[in-house]
Amino acid sequence: MTAEENIWKLLEEVPDPEIPVISIIDLGVVRTVTVNNDEVVIEITSTYSGCPATDVFIADIQSKLQENDFRNVEVKMKFSPAWTTDWLTENARIKLREYGIAPPEDELDKSVLFAKQVVVPCPRCSSKNTKLKSQFGSTACKSLYQCNDCHEPFDYFKCLK
Amino acid sequence: MENKEALVNYCLRIGDSSLVLAQRLAEWCSNGPMLEEDIALTNISLDLFGQSRMLYNYIAELNGKGETEDSIAFGRNERAFYNVLLSERPNGHFGDTIVRGLLVDAFNFHFYTQLQNSKNETLAAFAEKSLKEVTYHLRHSSEWVVRLGDGTEESKEKVQASLNDLWKYTDDLFEMNEDDIVLVADGIAIDLTAIKPLWLETVTSVVKRATLTLPENGYMHKGSRKAVHSEYLGHLLCDMQYLQRAYPDAKW
Repeated sequence: MTAEENIWKLLEEVPDPEIPVISIIDLGVVRTVTVNNDEVVIEITSTYSGCPATDVFIADIQSKLQENDFRNVEVKMKFSPAWTTDWLTENARIKLREYGIAPPEDELDKSVLFAKQVVVPCPRCSSKNTKLKSQFGSTACKSLYQCNDCHEPFDYFKCLK
Repeated sequence: MENKEALVNYCLRIGDSSLVLAQRLAEWCSNGPMLEEDIALTNISLDLFGQSRMLYNYIAELNGKGETEDSIAFGRNERAFYNVLLSERPNGHFGDTIVRGLLVDAFNFHFYTQLQNSKNETLAAFAEKSLKEVTYHLRHSSEWVVRLGDGTEESKEKVQASLNDLWKYTDDLFEMNEDDIVLVADGIAIDLTAIKPLWLETVTSVVKRATLTLPENGYMHKGSRKAVHSEYLGHLLCDMQYLQRAYPDAKW
């Protein structure tokens, strides 16, 4: 295994600080890993501009790699192309649902104003009879829904394209 | 780089507008009319803080004089801030905040849509990212304007008054100066006169749907391009900058 492959593997063990069931690899924020002699450069793209988890990602990546004898690690922010929910892995979508967060749905109505609300199935009972309670939820990446059948409120990982 | 100073000023205007509005919206934290809106307004605030950080870091890099995002945000007085006048308007009641949101969000939406084509790669990347976020902001504010405008007699009267009151700060959004002219010629900046009709179309469509009336153009306040502000900005900065002024270089 090359050093790069080793690092990609190690990064799978770094959880998202807000949604610890998925890793930062599942989340799709790690863009490149480059190793030059003993210098490691990792480029990451943050999800939302103001996401407070970003600083935590960087510290967690640093400490994970240092524990594994990569001492010279630089984490750089890469802004372009912008992060999109298309970069979530299939694994992430499954884990999110199991955790009670509905994964992003393709939003077919592209109109900016007064778009038709996307149908988000309830992650608990799979009912499609759900309603949007708030565009903004517990973190920047989520909105708040409620199921009309099982009545449970749930987070929806909103589609960002 | 050519026209570095113009570019720095241009970035300051965008970054300062985001920062000041972010600070205003953060004042709603724990004061929202309901939990969902408390969270929504502070989420929008967080996006805007993040956007200003990207630009301040870029400015620090362009200037190369050891500045940091923090020294830029916390180390300047109001006459060195270039935020648009709307962003410093007090929150007022929830309807005032929502109408201010619509006017700014509609501007940001069209502005970032165009800025994605900037020849400056950093600004283009910044715009691409910010656009995704402000699209959500615009949806949020426009749906609330409709709900309040087409709501009860009282809510309608209140948001119509908000719209009439805030309208006089809208021309300031489109003010350009010599920096813009230089940067537009280089394909870096956006010609704001081209944004205005798009903005007006979006705002008009929301106002109509909300059964409100578009105010007539009367006296318009301007001045943000020359860093001339209302007295509200100084108070906002006092609050925001207090810790860093009292304890310079304090670290978490």
